[in-house]
Formats: sequence, structure tokens, C-alpha cells
Amino acid sequence: MSDPADLTIKAAGAAMRAGELTSVDLTEAVLERARITESHLHAFLTLDQAGAKAGAVAADAALAAGEDAGPLHGIPIALKDNMCTKGIETTASSQILSGWIPPYNATVVDRLDTAGAVIVGKTNLDEFAMGSSTENSAYGTTRNPWDTDTVPGGSSGGSAAAVAAGSALGAFGSDTGGSIRQPAALCGVVGMKPTYGLVSRYGLIAFASSLDQIGPFARSVDDAAVLLEAIAGFDIHDATSIRGDVPNIRGSLNSGVAGLKVGIVTELSTTGIDPEVRAAVDQTLAGLSDAGAEVVDVSLPSCEYGLSAYYLIAPAECSANLARFDGVRFGLRAGGATTEEMMAATRAEGFGPEVIRRILLGTYALSAGYYDAFYGQAQRVRTLIRRQFAAAYEDVDVLVAPTSPTTAFPIGERTADPIAMYYADVCTIPVNLTGDPAISVPVELDSKGLPIGFQVMAPALGEERLFQVAKAVEDIAGFTARASLATSEVVQP
Amino acid sequence: MPVEIDIAKVASLARIALSEEELRQYGEQLGAILEHAERVQQLPTEGIPPTSHPVPMTNAFRDDVVTGSLPAEDILAGAPEAEDGYFRVPPVLGDS
Repeated sequence: MSDPADLTIKAAGAAMRAGELTSVDLTEAVLERARITESHLHAFLTLDQAGAKAGAVAADAALAAGEDAGPLHGIPIALKDNMCTKGIETTASSQILSGWIPPYNATVVDRLDTAGAVIVGKTNLDEFAMGSSTENSAYGTTRNPWDTDTVPGGSSGGSAAAVAAGSALGAFGSDTGGSIRQPAALCGVVGMKPTYGLVSRYGLIAFASSLDQIGPFARSVDDAAVLLEAIAGFDIHDATSIRGDVPNIRGSLNSGVAGLKVGIVTELSTTGIDPEVRAAVDQTLAGLSDAGAEVVDVSLPSCEYGLSAYYLIAPAECSANLARFDGVRFGLRAGGATTEEMMAATRAEGFGPEVIRRILLGTYALSAGYYDAFYGQAQRVRTLIRRQFAAAYEDVDVLVAPTSPTTAFPIGERTADPIAMYYADVCTIPVNLTGDPAISVPVELDSKGLPIGFQVMAPALGEERLFQVAKAVEDIAGFTARASLATSEVVQP
Repeated sequence: MPVEIDIAKVASLARIALSEEELRQYGEQLGAILEHAERVQQLPTEGIPPTSHPVPMTNAFRDDVVTGSLPAEDILAGAPEAEDGYFRVPPVLGDS
């Protein structure tokens, strides 16, 4: 067998049940890959080798005793470090939470435990998930396993890089403006943002509460669906959690696209899109057409206002959410003669520049006299965007676009220009505003050998149709290339 | 036109102690970002309700049943300073 670290979850699960592979061997292979690649990548903030090995031993024992917890049983998984893990340091890549050990698990972590998954570690991110390159981490940047001079995308860059490199078979991230889909595109893996409310946010360190959603990274569409199934569903601890049935996520996975209508969004696929990205999207559209789908152009003019609305809503909500980091209850405390001085000094010392920028922006946008002109107006613009998407879905089954306007950009290229960095999310932000689900599937390499992602979007709770089309895109693209840091030349010197 | 902001007041509201130089830099950057963000005001939205959730929800009730909570000592273990079951902070009013 090839290196188990390169298997899909589906293949590893089949090998385990056929008695050809143990969770211990699989976990050891993944940890070995991480030990070799981490000096190049820095995908992890914490690699829990002892915990992962213990988890794998327990998974093997359970399977031997006939207790099969399902498709994630014994599978090594990585978690973005903004999800609380009881007893394991959780920092959100911020100095202000350095050394903080959560006293409880996020609901997602408890569900993965029930599903038998083995947690290998906590991955790097832009501080508090604010960024598009993982360069805003207080603990050093993560590098892209396809080219270590480029960024992995962000904010969930560590999770994307770990899955691309083989340091986990799957991972979870959070997506507020594209923070799962954009790094997935830049790292050549599948990344998916579920419908807002489908996955509990309890224990996810909040950035922008009306936009944040946890979702999976994987090396196949099938694996992403399995990962989502393990965590989806109502949770009493999250007041925005959707009650009722979870969509039949894998129900139509292999049904193809014959007879479906696919709309390519003009406003997300024309201006500012790299020509090689656009060419790969067109090639995929031709493949969908050959497979029996009808492809039409769809214009959603309000998308042009998405980035502007997002950069009012997300900072406003972040300024409220991050008020809790004040040096009183957890993390860092700086000196100060009074409580107020201590709080202001702690926050200045503990937060990085991008987080401070967004807190100030949000504080301004929510301050007396400006609330309605900025936050209120942006929330109403969300409704306009939602209505345009809903009208489009009267006519088409799914909408598609590039995931990212460009492939991975060089480290340092955009750090001095916040607006250039914000533009990296222009194609992904609209569905965070609408709350709809979307997925990025790798389809092609550009002339520099960097992956290109194709984005599929569907109406709220339309995960069944979303995965159906994503699987067809995956089959059409036949993307089998692996990141150079995950190839045998590098990992077996 | 970049937006003019009383950045010292904003930083004070946000409880972040910044130097004069930092205030100047953040002030300029915020002005440029807000110039971009202000575009939302170009869209007519009279009578349009705001969106915060894609699925219509009014309230999230749970059964009125007493359940357990995390032990206080586990919570205080993460605090910078704690004493007698409380979070400890510097004087709230200073020495006047």
C-alpha cells in the first residue's frame, strides 16, 4: 500500500475494516508526515502526539470489539485553533489567549469524539480568523505546501495546508467571509461552508456571529460530506442552531448533473479574475455541459456591494464579541493602576494590528449616530443580496463562480495593504451574507503549478444538491495532483 | 474622500491604549476602508428589513429544566488572578 497518510477517509476506512490497516498505523503515518513537513509549513500550533496515539489505540480496540462508530472511526483529523478543546491549549492564534486551556469542548469536538475521530492537533489561523493568508497569526505564518514562498490562504490556512500535506486526512475550519473555501482553493483541497445554523457554533471562538460557520476540509467531495454529516444538526447550546431535519447530505452524491441548470455568476467571475482562473472555470463549465447540465449566465448586481457590506458587518460584530478579552477572566493581563487602565493595556498588548483595525472599525460603525448608516444599512443590503440569490434559484439549481480571484500569492505581498487583502474574499463573501451553503473543489493547476478552486453555491439547506454538483465537478476535473510537500521525494529523503 | 474619524475617541470606547503614532496610522487606514464600505449607502433600502439568519427564526426556547454548569474552579483556573472564588482585578476607581 502507498503511504497511508495519502489515503482518503473513505479508502482508509475500507482498509481498516478489511483488516489491512489499523488506526494506530494510520495515525503514526500522519504524525510522521507532520514531523517531516512542519519545519517547512507550520500548519499546526499544537500537535497532540500522545493524545492522538491514545485515541488511535482506543479506536482499534473498539473496532476489534465490534464497536464501529461509523466512517470517521479511527481517522486522524485536525482542528482550527479557534475551536475549544478541553485540556488542550486554544489560542485563536492570538497573544491574548496564549496559554489558555479551555474547560470544555466545542459541540463539534464532542460530536467528532462520538464519531470515533482521532484529533491530531490544532491548526494555525489568522488571529481570531481575521485575514485571508494566515499571515496575521501571532505565532508565525503557515506556508502553502504547493510552494512554500506563497500563502496557504486564510483564515483557516493551517487546516488547509495540513490536509494538502497529508498531516491529517481531514480537518475543520470556520468560514466567516471565505475562510474555509479560499484556503481550500489555494491549497488544492475540498473546503465547504454549510448553511448558517446547520452546525453548532458552541465553543467556536466568535468573530462575526451572524456569519461564522464551521465546516470541513478534505481530499475528496465524498470525504467532505462524511465530515459534515458527523457534525451537522441541532444543538441546544447555540441559539441560532436550526431545529428540524438535517439535509440528506450524501443522498444524491452520485446522481450526476444531467438535467440540472447551473448559473455562472457574472459579477463574481469577470472583473478582477485572473485569466487562468477564469479559463479553468470555463473548462469546468464545458465539462458540466457535456455531462448534461444546462449552463446559463446569471447576473446578481447586488454582489458588487457584498465586500462593502461585509466590511461593516464583520468588524461591528467582532468589536462586540472581542470585548470579552479584557484581562479579567482568561488569557493575558498587562499592568495598570486601575481596572480600566489594565484592560486598555492588555488589549493593546494582546491583539495584533489587523484585530485592532477591525475592532476600531466596528466600534466606530456601531457608535452613537452611525449605527443605522453603517451596520443597519449593511444588514438591509444583505436582504437585497439574499433576494437576488433567491430569485436566481427560482430558475437555476446551483450557482457557480471561481472560489478565489487568484491562485496563491507570495508571502508578504498584501500585508501592507488591508484593502488588497480583503479583495481575496470577493467571490466567497456573498454566501456568508445570504447564509447559503457553498463548496470549493480543486479543478486545475495554473502555469505556476498552483491549484485553482471552483465554487458551487446552493440555496439554504440545499446541501444534497450542492454535494451532487460538487461530486460531478470533481469527476469532470479529475484533479489528482498532490502538493510537492506531500510527495515521496520530499517526505522520504 | 476618505472619512474623517475621531480615532482617539474610538480607541477609548474600544478600551485599547494606543500611542499617538498608532492612532494616526489606524485613523488613516480606517478612513480608507470606510470610503470603500460607504458604498452600501448608494443602494436604496427604504422598507427593506435587515437579515441576520437565512432561516426564519423568532426565538430559541429550551425546556425550563435545571441543568449542571461548569465547576467554578475550572473557570477560575484560566483567569490571570483569582481569590476566594472570584476574579481579582486592580482597583476599579484608582486612588483618589
